[in-house]
Amino acid sequence: MADHQPLLEQLKVVFFEEADEGLAVMESGLLELDPGSADSEAINGIFRAAHSIKGGAGTFGFAGISSFTHGMETLLDQIRSGQAQLTSPRIKALLHAVDHLRLLVEAARSGGKVDETRTDAVRKEIEREIEGHDTKVVPAVVATPGPDARPNVWSIIFEPNPAMMRSGNDPYLLLRELSSLGRATIEVDSTRLPPLEAFDPELIYLSWRIHLEGPRDEKTIREVFAWVEDECRLVIERQAAAPEVVVAVAPAQTNPTTPRPPQDPPVEQERRKTDLGSIRVSIDKVDALVNMVGELVITQSMLGQIERNFDLGKLSRLRDGLNQLERNTRELQESVMRIRMLPIRFIFSRFPRMVRDLSDQLGKDVELTMLGEGTELDKTVLEKLGDPLVHLVRNSVDHGVELPEQRRAAGKPGRGTITLEAFHQGSSIVIEIRDDGGGLKTDRILAKARAAGLIAADVQPNPEEINDLIFSPGLSTADKISDVSGRGVGLDVVRRNIRELGGNVSVSSEPGRGTTFTIRLPLTLAILDGQLIKVGDQTYILPLVSIVESIAMRPDQINAIAGRAEMYRLRDEYLPILRLHQTFGLAGGSQDHAGRLLVVVEGNGQRLGITVDDLLEQQQVVIKSLDTNFRRVDGVSGATILGDGTVALILDVAGLIAFAKGEGKKCSTTPTSSGRPWEAPQRRVDNI
Amino acid sequence: MPTLLFAMASILAVDDSPSMRALVYATLTNAGHRVLQASDGVEALTVAKTEAVNLVLADVNMPNMDGITMVRELRMMSDYRFTPILMLTTESATDRKKEAKEAGATGWLVKPFDPEQLLATIRKVIT
Repeated sequence: MADHQPLLEQLKVVFFEEADEGLAVMESGLLELDPGSADSEAINGIFRAAHSIKGGAGTFGFAGISSFTHGMETLLDQIRSGQAQLTSPRIKALLHAVDHLRLLVEAARSGGKVDETRTDAVRKEIEREIEGHDTKVVPAVVATPGPDARPNVWSIIFEPNPAMMRSGNDPYLLLRELSSLGRATIEVDSTRLPPLEAFDPELIYLSWRIHLEGPRDEKTIREVFAWVEDECRLVIERQAAAPEVVVAVAPAQTNPTTPRPPQDPPVEQERRKTDLGSIRVSIDKVDALVNMVGELVITQSMLGQIERNFDLGKLSRLRDGLNQLERNTRELQESVMRIRMLPIRFIFSRFPRMVRDLSDQLGKDVELTMLGEGTELDKTVLEKLGDPLVHLVRNSVDHGVELPEQRRAAGKPGRGTITLEAFHQGSSIVIEIRDDGGGLKTDRILAKARAAGLIAADVQPNPEEINDLIFSPGLSTADKISDVSGRGVGLDVVRRNIRELGGNVSVSSEPGRGTTFTIRLPLTLAILDGQLIKVGDQTYILPLVSIVESIAMRPDQINAIAGRAEMYRLRDEYLPILRLHQTFGLAGGSQDHAGRLLVVVEGNGQRLGITVDDLLEQQQVVIKSLDTNFRRVDGVSGATILGDGTVALILDVAGLIAFAKGEGKKCSTTPTSSGRPWEAPQRRVDNI
Repeated sequence: MPTLLFAMASILAVDDSPSMRALVYATLTNAGHRVLQASDGVEALTVAKTEAVNLVLADVNMPNMDGITMVRELRMMSDYRFTPILMLTTESATDRKKEAKEAGATGWLVKPFDPEQLLATIRKVIT
């Protein structure tokens, strides 16, 4: 019906999301299945996913998807009922079908097209696997028989079983429906009625004889009684044909779902980026939000009461109220941010398949272990994290884990292990990709780096610095370019992508034991716990998590090394010092450290002392991107607007540490203006 | 609106598929009914215990508790001995239909269905 179309259009979005989830469930479920031993709950889950996609596709007018899924559903149903064995060709066929189904869903979403011959090929592959497949698989479509041309008069006897109402069927409703088919005369037969004392109100003692003029065929009438055909005696007889006056109005089971025209012949499949769009939120999170708003309303009315007839005696109550308001606001903010959080499972789920395919292709034996899949992170981060992670996992399979014979020669089991783990650490999320392969070949990396001119011949970097070189542009250590990685996109792109998310990626490696890539990301992009610091007349913000401690500086603990580089002796450790006055080119920066504070910060496992004039308050700040309005500046991750309306830059600790190290190395050269990347945005922001 | 011809009912929609629930919810709410939702049999029983439900629409294949077990459980509750329970099922699943009937289901609605078919079927069981 036409007025239902907008509704179906709206709900299509929900269907697509659900189909995506269903596909992920099917894929990960299939990958976990072992041929031979059928885990019934796993198969049930896969079956249900296929079943839901089929049902939804039919309802929302994607006949192609629905009929394609039908074969999968049939095969899965046979497997779960034990009618068909779970064999690896069957798993493979189902995986192919999942892949193809994904294309079909994507095409339906974007209005693109899928190669039909391919669809047929995959469908046939599935059909071959169906037990007794010679009985043709027909998509579930209700057949509409051509109506008999003659209008007719029918005599119907309907005698329900006494207990028919126990299935929730009411004879009155059946008779009402029957009457809607034409002109009906109904006679009741009450001869079976018992005496009153034996009467059970839950049983039916009546039966009916109906004279009906209208329906053209018996099927229409039988459909009225379809639900109770096992619970009654039903006799339907055709009487003499009625004179040609009756026009049958049979609102029977036609199938108004207009099937989509078959998808057009092979053209390239168009894939649309689905970055934006809706987000599904669990009821718990919404409930928490509603509670929070409730409390906020209470606080507001409390403050309102204080405000009426205010006198100084109410000051402490006002302060309490404001504290409560602050707490409410923070909790509300946290709840709202939590809505944007999704489990990392959404990206992890693609890896079992990928690792399996890749290791087959490379002749390797790799087991993938995934931990912390429920770790949640911001949706925006999650969406942009996919590509870098894929790259790193590919990299581990391709370059990390060795061939089985090499592994055995090195005294390790032939099967390699790659571990993907996600966990929270403070307000960051850490993702580790660990392999137990051969580790990085530092000598080879160094040789390549020298050849590429990244490292001067006389500089001898330490192992950590060498490892870090693999993130430099234009350095591929693979001896041969394989099909899997090394296609021009390097780890430098990975690092750039991760940095764009406000995070960082590092690598550590042990020869012969394996390599670990560590990605650190902020939990959410939008809000940060910050420590406000005063440098000269400027206020900056340091992320609270990166601060280790703050101390009053003692000039006698400062050692100048090789000219300008300075180290501070803190207990038994020497820390490089970064003077923010100088680095930022601020006026009034004297060389004298006396009276200043040293803030010890940590990033990427390294420490740095930053000299500041004062520590101001700690507060949560909303991060505004500088990149969108200006450009990316090393050492500054963004800006925020403070309570008094002034703009403060948020410092990027990892960037500052890298800068301080560069400063140390370049000590003999004159710093150029480009070595002061803060100046330009500084002025720019001041002008706001 | 021909759909307002019958009285408003309290309908419990049970399906693990959010899009199906959304479709049922939107269609029936538009037609003036009150729609309660549950995503599996266990949830449905909880709702059925706390709310007065005039009609149950349930999927057959669901996690935790499937639709057929749910029907059996509902029929054991005194408030639901005669309540219409319609199964949302696929044409191919003839055996399941029979199983559902034996468990005490009233009837079924064959998937895929569109809003109009849903309303037509509901009309069959609402007085």
